[in-house]
Amino acid sequence: MSAKPLKKVGEKSWGITIFAFLYLAFLYAPMVVLPIFSFADQKVIDFPIKGFTTHWYEEMFAKPEMHKALWNSIQVGLIASITATLFGLLAAKAITRYAIPGKSFATGLISLPLFIPEILLGLALLIILNVVGVTLSLLTIAGGHVLLCTPFAMAVLVARLDGFDKSLEEASLDLGESGWMTFWRVTFPLIMPAVVSSLLLTFIVSFDEFLLAFFLQGTEQTLPLYIWSGLRFPSNFPPTLALGSIILVVSIVLVVLAEWLRQAGTGGGKMKVGV
Amino acid sequence: MRLAAETAVKQKAAKQPSWSAAFTRSEALRGWTLLSPTTILMIIGLAAPLGIMLLYSFWKQEGLNLNTDLTLANYDEVTFKYYPVLLRSLWIAALAAFCTVLLGYPVAYYVAFHAKNSKFIWLILLTIPFWTSYLLRVFALRVIMPSELQATPAAVVIALTHAWAAFAILPIYVSLEKIDRTLLEAAADLGDGPIRRFWRITFPLSLPGVISAMTLIFVPTIGDYVTPSLIGGGKPSTFMIANIIQGQIKSNDWPLAATTAIVSMIMVAFAVYFFVAALRAGARSLK
Amino acid sequence: MDSGDYIRIEHVTKRFGSFHAVDDAHFSIKPGEFFSLLGPSGCGKTTLLRMIAGFEFPTEGEIYIDGQPVTGVPANKRPTNMVFQSYAIFPHLNVYDNVAYGLRKLRLPRVELDRRVKEALGMIRMDGFEDRRADQMSGGQRQRVALARALINRPKVLLLDEPLGALDKKLREQMQFELRQLQKTVGITFIFVTHDQEEALSLSDRIAVMQKGKVLQIASPRELYESPNCRDVADFIGTMNFMPGIVRAIEAKVAVVDVEGLGIINSPLPEDYSFATPGAAVLIGARPEKLDVVRGAPHPGEKGVAGMIGACAYLGDRNHFQVTIAGREGPLQVATEQGDRSTLASFMPGENVTVSWGDNSMVLLPKD
Repeated sequence: MSAKPLKKVGEKSWGITIFAFLYLAFLYAPMVVLPIFSFADQKVIDFPIKGFTTHWYEEMFAKPEMHKALWNSIQVGLIASITATLFGLLAAKAITRYAIPGKSFATGLISLPLFIPEILLGLALLIILNVVGVTLSLLTIAGGHVLLCTPFAMAVLVARLDGFDKSLEEASLDLGESGWMTFWRVTFPLIMPAVVSSLLLTFIVSFDEFLLAFFLQGTEQTLPLYIWSGLRFPSNFPPTLALGSIILVVSIVLVVLAEWLRQAGTGGGKMKVGV
Repeated sequence: MRLAAETAVKQKAAKQPSWSAAFTRSEALRGWTLLSPTTILMIIGLAAPLGIMLLYSFWKQEGLNLNTDLTLANYDEVTFKYYPVLLRSLWIAALAAFCTVLLGYPVAYYVAFHAKNSKFIWLILLTIPFWTSYLLRVFALRVIMPSELQATPAAVVIALTHAWAAFAILPIYVSLEKIDRTLLEAAADLGDGPIRRFWRITFPLSLPGVISAMTLIFVPTIGDYVTPSLIGGGKPSTFMIANIIQGQIKSNDWPLAATTAIVSMIMVAFAVYFFVAALRAGARSLK
Repeated sequence: MDSGDYIRIEHVTKRFGSFHAVDDAHFSIKPGEFFSLLGPSGCGKTTLLRMIAGFEFPTEGEIYIDGQPVTGVPANKRPTNMVFQSYAIFPHLNVYDNVAYGLRKLRLPRVELDRRVKEALGMIRMDGFEDRRADQMSGGQRQRVALARALINRPKVLLLDEPLGALDKKLREQMQFELRQLQKTVGITFIFVTHDQEEALSLSDRIAVMQKGKVLQIASPRELYESPNCRDVADFIGTMNFMPGIVRAIEAKVAVVDVEGLGIINSPLPEDYSFATPGAAVLIGARPEKLDVVRGAPHPGEKGVAGMIGACAYLGDRNHFQVTIAGREGPLQVATEQGDRSTLASFMPGENVTVSWGDNSMVLLPKD
């Protein structure tokens, strides 16, 4: 019989801690690399780094195609995020409030875009747009993004509405308010953080999205498409990296903001994780 | 006096037309009204296109004409001509899913069991990369990839493992977090050391999360376009399904593209089914 | 039902698929009554309350409030207000805005609104709480704010859904008292849902006992306790010994019943004794406190039967005994008051005793 005391449950293990931190480094290494090379005074993306410069950023900012692509992405992102959040909100309210026969079927259908490979969605949309005779454009990209983003919006809003005391709305009705006013006076103020969070997240998804945009593009480019064409030619690498670095930073800021808002809405405490 | 006025208002409102009353009576009806816009959106945007795509797979593109006679010729071509690519895609995706989960499990374990006050920060840090541009992350990976690995299938697997990290860690974390800690204390009380506790209690209870993670990664990865294109550098040995389909679209053979997509989905469905069944059988033997 | 009825529930049924949540409820409530719906969880009392409030709608039947049909009318248009089980205090509004919530659409001048809110807060003794928020108040305080918020709208009926369930015992008893006082002051009809029979008995003018969707009996607390109309009601309210028997004859005001183990008992007839025909199987119910345990002969004028003490429990002011008697399977529960210091009779398990009772404290119940 061994006299060595058994390791306590929950006692810290150093091996796994080191592993976790290494993993984090592995995860962030590529993203840190981009900004580094965007300031490097060289055209070849490889170590060693020869000098420091900001002229790639200047070059990137000077290009009118970049401005156009950025503006396109913003437009598409706004359309997609607002529309997806709206559809997501309606669905979330229906799912969490009412006992509906066939609910799980509808929920599954709405969540489907999250689980099928994007290429399937892209191809299918391409075919149907062709059959119906719609010309590809920014609007078709936005349409594809709405389909992709709605399940995200619904998931974020369901998480918030689920923890929402149903009797608050009933109390408002009981006190004489109509359904519409109840939504404005009680429901909306309380779910507002989640709505904003949904808008931000769906915007980011749309803004960064490549594959659907690639398939459904017309004559106008979104920013990811612009970056893609920039990655085709080595001479374009550094300005593209500069653009990429800025996008990375902005995305991170928006995501942190969106997550923080989501927690604020649920009143802190136990954190709900994930999408 | 105001009291009388208020009650009069409420009394007047108490009379209602019968159809409106019937509507308010039915909870299911009200619920469906709310749910229908989004459902209809998905039917138009998803179900219909997928259905038409299925139809296309039975048609044949002949030059500039679309022959709408139903035929299985495309399925024939895809199965026999493209099966190497299909198999390679399955293999790469499976490998990527496996590696992602293998590497991600310890991290999820760390956050669930060892990160006392920093759980929130860890989870945010682990999720942030997921929300940034996939395109940029893969490109950045290529930049730091050593030249011996460039444009090889192995590089594609590594890139995929990196890209889908969050999809592995979060489901596993959630299922680990749910485990009742007193179960582990009971096991310790009954004489189990930490390793035995892990294999007999923790791991089996976290299995739903593991299965869910693997499936969550496997399915989208099969259809990935960006990674094989950027990392693979255009070499046919790194081609995956998406590259093939892109080529088919370029040569205007949409029916063939549709068929490739559908065949690969069927393969994925089978693969997932057998995989989950195998995992469950394996887990049962872990008594 | 007559014109004095304020609220009429007419053959109301609520079905979910094949499940009857409320099964043919048919009764009325008088104006100014403190009326309780009592029953175990799942009996349909909350569903019935919500149908009166307008959050659920009957599958069949009609509901009338003060002569007006309200069956299809949505909740926000009914002259009712509800205190929810979770209180449902709006977390993003302070007490003032919560209480004033229902008055907003009246667009009262600020001075008038202030006055009414102050009046409402005074009624529940929470003056000065106007600026507090939900997370700065205790459960009891939130409950009172919910009351004020409802009553300020001067509803015709106040509906209360197990409002005291979340409070600890002492607070609950205090709130029970305050609620009763409040109802008397305000004078409107209260409909109160609870699963706690003591609570219902102490607060109500009348109680409707429900089980599995059906309303079993509606009566005053005393009547429910002394004259339950069936085994379920008798069992739910207080404790009761049930003794099977056969009716031998029906006489002027009694039923002559041959009771297992106890012999012939002349039990008083209840109002509806259609189930008691000669030869019919019935139940005789006896409350533990109506029985006594003695040594030797039963009390003068009472009947007795021999038995042996099984378990004893000393409860300070009372004793509980379980007495086994011949001819009957389970023991009889007997509850006696602790005698004064001069009575030395304390019974021990195993002792042979006589159970003594008076026939007119027995209750005749149908055997179901």
